[in-house]
Amino acid sequence: MSKLRLAEMDYSVLQQCMHCGMCLPSCPTYNTTGLERNSPRGRIALMRSIADGELELKEAFAEEMNYCLGCLACTSACPAGVEYASLFEASRADIEENRILDTSERRFWRWITIRTLFLHPRLLRLTGRALWIYQNLGLEKLVRASGILKLLPKKLRELEPLAPRIRESFTHELVAESESPPEKPRYRVALLTGCVQDLILSELNRDTADVLLVNGCEVLTLPNQACCGSLHSHNGEEELAKQLARKNIDSYDLENVDAIISNAGGCGSHLKRYAHLLSNDSEYANKAKTWDSKVKDIHEWLCEIGFCPPGPLPVAKQVTYHPSCHLNHGQGVRQQPVEILKAIPNLTLVPLTDADTCCGSAGIYNLTQPEQAGQLQSQKASHIRDTRSDIVATANPGCHLQIQNAVFPKIEVRHPISLLAEAYRNCAISD
Amino acid sequence: MVAPIPQALESLLSPEQILSSAEDLIVYGYDGTAGLKQRPLAVVFPESAEDVSKVLRLAAERDIPVTTRGSGTGLSGGSIPSENGIVLCLQRMNKILEFDTANLTILVEPGVVTETINQAVSKEGLLYPPDPGSMKISTIGGNVANNSGGLRGLKYGVTRDYVMGMQAVLPNGETIWLGNKCVKDVAGYNLKDLFIGSEGTLGVITQILLKLVPRPVARRTMLALFDSMEDAAAAVSKIIAAKIIPCTLEFVDRFTLQCVEDFAQAGLPTDCEAVLLIETDGHPAQVEEEAEQIQNILAQSNARETKTAKNEEEANQLATARRSAFAALARIRPTTILEDVTVPRDKLAEMIRFVQKTAEKHDLKIASFGHFGDGNLHPTILADERDADEMKRVHQALEDLFEKTLELGGTITGEHGVGLAKKAHLHDQYQDYSYTLLKQIKKTLDPQNLLNPGKTFDV
Ligand SMILES: Cc1cc2nc3c(=O)[nH]c(=O)nc-3n(C[C@H](O)[C@H](O)[C@H](O)COP(=O)(O)OP(=O)(O)OC[C@H]3O[C@@H](n4cnc5c(N)ncnc54)[C@H](O)[C@@H]3O)c2cc1C
Ligand code: SF4
Ligand code: SF4
Repeated sequence: MSKLRLAEMDYSVLQQCMHCGMCLPSCPTYNTTGLERNSPRGRIALMRSIADGELELKEAFAEEMNYCLGCLACTSACPAGVEYASLFEASRADIEENRILDTSERRFWRWITIRTLFLHPRLLRLTGRALWIYQNLGLEKLVRASGILKLLPKKLRELEPLAPRIRESFTHELVAESESPPEKPRYRVALLTGCVQDLILSELNRDTADVLLVNGCEVLTLPNQACCGSLHSHNGEEELAKQLARKNIDSYDLENVDAIISNAGGCGSHLKRYAHLLSNDSEYANKAKTWDSKVKDIHEWLCEIGFCPPGPLPVAKQVTYHPSCHLNHGQGVRQQPVEILKAIPNLTLVPLTDADTCCGSAGIYNLTQPEQAGQLQSQKASHIRDTRSDIVATANPGCHLQIQNAVFPKIEVRHPISLLAEAYRNCAISD
Repeated sequence: MVAPIPQALESLLSPEQILSSAEDLIVYGYDGTAGLKQRPLAVVFPESAEDVSKVLRLAAERDIPVTTRGSGTGLSGGSIPSENGIVLCLQRMNKILEFDTANLTILVEPGVVTETINQAVSKEGLLYPPDPGSMKISTIGGNVANNSGGLRGLKYGVTRDYVMGMQAVLPNGETIWLGNKCVKDVAGYNLKDLFIGSEGTLGVITQILLKLVPRPVARRTMLALFDSMEDAAAAVSKIIAAKIIPCTLEFVDRFTLQCVEDFAQAGLPTDCEAVLLIETDGHPAQVEEEAEQIQNILAQSNARETKTAKNEEEANQLATARRSAFAALARIRPTTILEDVTVPRDKLAEMIRFVQKTAEKHDLKIASFGHFGDGNLHPTILADERDADEMKRVHQALEDLFEKTLELGGTITGEHGVGLAKKAHLHDQYQDYSYTLLKQIKKTLDPQNLLNPGKTFDV
């Protein structure tokens, strides 16, 4: 067994957990089973036992860490400031490196997603394009009717209808590499487009750029951006995550931008932790600190610079807001999206019961733990329906799809920034 | 050959009620107390008093120690299992059995989470007042076994004041019922009181009958800043002397305030020595009047500044400094030791000053906050358990604090219990024959010493 990260990492991170249990009621998996091992406190105790050499790193622990959503609700609840994200990543890296859960099906999935598609943006887009053709040229119906899907492995078959609708155009066709506001810019920002987002919500990047322009920001949007690496990091592929982080840092002249804007909760949460990821890299450690200090979630940034008050939407809407876990718990960006939604005059914001609970998307969790993911998804959907809203707003592509699969077409899923952009545009037209 | 314990348990309970893998045992080996852990032999989840009784009979037959556990949030090591012992976790006995709005009582199983009780009764305009800081997760059984207190203790009392009856299973497997719904009852010894605060050493509580009170309709929240702890203490004395019993009378000291400001930015000046958080509740007219009186007293007591909340939002804001005190402190160093020494109210300022001197003397970081109204202080020591020298100084400081507490006529624990953490000091507090009496009671009820052995005192 190779040297374990859990044993090598700064012990005070583990020690910081005083096993007070305050995180228990916030944890979706603990709430499902009521078992201590499925709780944050239990998981941290197991990690510490492994670090102390009192417990062997075996399948049971690996399965436990796969069951954990990585939703970080425990981090928000913890009075002691335990950095669960670091512990979670170290655990998953140990599990992967020591091949504790190695089956051929698992290897295939990981290879196709983590090692191939998400390392090569062009390939990802090509796959996206193929999916689009499949979905839009009638092939989908043909294939479904042909019964060919029955030949696929069960998991893959169940997933096929879940596959997101791919957009016709991707960000680089919608947003120019550099765009300036009509008057002299107040800020210069870089816009991160997000890989999944680029495929399924590319128009959101157009909306983000528009909102930034309205608020006096010059927007730089590099074509061919690298993936942020969050998927890799959460799934134990630390080396790949580091590679991607360096690549991203190298893509920008950090001194020349005021902020690097992310509009996807999950990406932002990881993007802000490059300094942690690269802390042992003498060449990059400092650059990563500068990088981290410049990465801003779009809502955070707009509230920081003070955004122009929007006019009304073309049609009044009742809206509820689902905070993405990694925006809410991971980045602590809680009030800003709400402030933005509330600023739209004819938008009525309805509070959502158990808003802070994960929707079950959690990266590729809905692929690996379909049962728990499904349960969280239907709970979330039922709370959303109870609000009788026309729209549920959320700021992460994973949540977007997970919720959309449960509530569409009765209820529409939108990003708060898309709604803001719509309000700005509507106002511009009526002016 | 006799079967090993996990297998023997399987003949009594269903498989989902028993855990015995390493990954499951490790995680029931701790509670909320720093630095204590012990891996048990098995963990069981009884679903009824009969299940409890079966397990206790088996344990008696096989001479196996049993430790009862609620949610494991205890702060004195009460639910740390014995070596090779069984953990009896009551979390699955979590039903509300009867809600009696005519007699204002509620009958619950011990695994019900404290806050759930309040959610259930508030719909009928009622309140279960004890509100320990852990109420979102602690079980009512744990609260009764530890006689837990909360922020409302001064006006409403502690858990003991609300327990009207209980069902308990004794170490010999017998099930007994103590108490009833009558406000007046003088038949026989008041045995239920023996089990309240017994820390799981005398029996396993399997049902609890609780008293409820009408929920107060109005509340006022005030905050006062002081340049000296003595002035704050004098203000508290004057409030009580004016025959006002606020439901909350909390304080944080200067060091705590500095940490809170770093963490939560409550917008308070970090150079004042004491912050008092005061709340009064009841009928709107009475609350209005009391709030005005309190403001007058504060103004005459050298308060540097006072604030009164105009609405719920402002009230929450004022409460931030006190509410986030623990969280602000717990993140500073890896090891947080939360104590709960308690002294008569008129000695509190002296005790707080002593804590500050002790911190200096032993070169430690110790913050103080807590319940000014009932003399219950939470000196919180911030340290690192890997630093042997520092931990030695921690222990010396604790010795000093306990000694001073007893000298002032106080108690070594106001609400967390003795458990393992304060066991060494109990004898200092029970100096006469009372210490022997404690042991005799334990021996009478648990002759084999199998129920949570080694907690509170050694037999
Ligand atoms: C953040 C935090 C804040 C806290 N704030 C407060 C506070 O304000 N006031 C306060 O008083 N305490 C406080 N506590 C301490 C703790 O939460 C209480 O002691 C609580 O009552 C313990 O409940 P539990 O269900 O976790 O019990 P456990 O910790 O599991 O057990 C506590 C003790 O009770 C025994 N026990 C449990 N259930 C039963 C039963 N059914 N029958 C017999 N014995 C039983 C156990 O053997 C053990 O000795 C706090 C703790 C934390 C971590
Ligand atoms: S709340 Fe924080 S310190 Fe407490 S048990 Fe959970 S992770 Fe540990
Ligand atoms: S990340 Fe989410 S699922 Fe995992 S321990 Fe924390 S709260 Fe539970």
